[in-house]
Amino acid sequence: MAVLELRDLHTYYGVIHAVKGLSLTVEKGEIVTLIGSNGAGKSTTLKAISGLLKPRQGEIHLEGQRIDGLAPHVIAGHRVAHVPEGRRIFPRLTVRENLEMGAFVCADRHEVNQGLERVTALFPRLKERLGQKGGTLSGGEQQMLAMGRALMMNPKILLLDEPSMGLAPVLVEQIFDIIRQLNLAGTTILLVEQNAHQALQVAGRGYVIQTGSIVLADSAEALRRNEMVRRVYLGEN
Amino acid sequence: MSESLAMLPQVIIDGLTLGFVYALVALGYTMVYGVLEFINFAHSEIFMVGAFAGTEALLILQSTGALAALPPFVSLVIALLFGMIVAGLLAAGMERVAYRPLRGAPRLVPLISAIGVSFFLQDAVRLFEGLWRNAFYLTTPVLYRQTLRFSNVDIQIRTLILVGVCLVIMFGLTTFVNRTKLGRALRAVAQDQATASIMGVNVNFMITMTFLIGGALGGAAGVLFAMQYTLIHPYVGFILGIKAFTAAVFGGIGNIPGAMLGGVLLGMVESLGSAYLGILTHGAFGAEYKDVFAFVILILVLIVKPSGLLGETISEKA
Repeated sequence: MAVLELRDLHTYYGVIHAVKGLSLTVEKGEIVTLIGSNGAGKSTTLKAISGLLKPRQGEIHLEGQRIDGLAPHVIAGHRVAHVPEGRRIFPRLTVRENLEMGAFVCADRHEVNQGLERVTALFPRLKERLGQKGGTLSGGEQQMLAMGRALMMNPKILLLDEPSMGLAPVLVEQIFDIIRQLNLAGTTILLVEQNAHQALQVAGRGYVIQTGSIVLADSAEALRRNEMVRRVYLGEN
Repeated sequence: MSESLAMLPQVIIDGLTLGFVYALVALGYTMVYGVLEFINFAHSEIFMVGAFAGTEALLILQSTGALAALPPFVSLVIALLFGMIVAGLLAAGMERVAYRPLRGAPRLVPLISAIGVSFFLQDAVRLFEGLWRNAFYLTTPVLYRQTLRFSNVDIQIRTLILVGVCLVIMFGLTTFVNRTKLGRALRAVAQDQATASIMGVNVNFMITMTFLIGGALGGAAGVLFAMQYTLIHPYVGFILGIKAFTAAVFGGIGNIPGAMLGGVLLGMVESLGSAYLGILTHGAFGAEYKDVFAFVILILVLIVKPSGLLGETISEKA
């Protein structure tokens, strides 16, 4: 059974039809990437999954259970972790408090402490800064914090929205290394990226979205060789 | 001059008493603002309803003879709890009825709704008390009549109780907000509602809780105010509410320690001003100008440091 399945999803911003009949699946243990240009509907799709936007039509299934239309905090309770675009860390909470917020759905104090250990082992930089306010971190550290926060709940699926946005190339490499590492440890990931080059390196499969619809779906390797993908998204001639 | 110095301790005590009441009310404004960026102008009426609920509790205890039989401390706790519960539930109910349906509307709309709630509550209490007691000015029964005397300073026991209860409540609130999981979630909601919701926080629940706590604090302030000054009426919240709002802005709106600091400082300034302005100006201005201080401070803060004394220095957006 797929961890996540979207069937014929439609979402609107007012009268603007942002996502037009999108279907995709993510199997357990996979990294699936959704690539496309600015405004294609990538973030909108993630927001629909985590409940920040209510789809007008279509279904979203998490491990076979319908979750579309549920409130975001209920969906989070089903262990869907969303790292939003622009990181959105809590600037006036400390790094530790930010991480603890990520484990808000965990009732067990023990699980929270385990999460803290796991995440600080993955991001040693955060360990040094546990007492610091989130707003004082650099962009790269904030991205680590946003990802660490999402991992605190031990998610069934991790939704990553543009983790490389606004980061220096060396940091982008580092973030994608961590994504690979997470996946090796068993985390299922749906990765939304404009940086198709990096995304297709780490993902096993990919979907290409254009103006709200999937135009291509294939293995990452096949997509890397695809004429249109190379021209439009990888910037090759 | 020596005479004016001699009254200084008394002036400071009066200022602290008033200041703690302002602080407790200011917390309600600042907590709601912190979460919704909305000034709940009906909060002054929550304070007033708390004062009436506490007074009614004491009056009913008095008429049944229980007030004389019970230790005063027990009556105090009953009146405080009753006032806090009534005011807290009223504030939470108010949010459901008058503010939640207007979420997403332009900012002025809930503000107008708050003013409407304010008028409604003033006149509802007036009507109720008019029917029930045939009077809407109530005298609150006095629980503690003793006064401690240190050379030239009088400290009423009830003043000590007021300050003590305020300190306990503030300590409790600070602990809750800074040390508990729910308090952390409250701060997270105040910073970014959407992101808090995808962490699993039920934002509507947190908003209801904010009104409940802020309302209970306002209600406690009302009960303590009634016990201290012993005369209340349905319009008692108006000026006091505006001053508490000033205190919240003074300390930094949205900032909890700021509201406490702003309240106490404002009470002190007002007390010192009304005691010494007449002496300093040789009678040209007197204590009748005390209400002016609050608003002079409000204007100065808005000009010099709009973020208030403890206003946030870390940028809002990461």
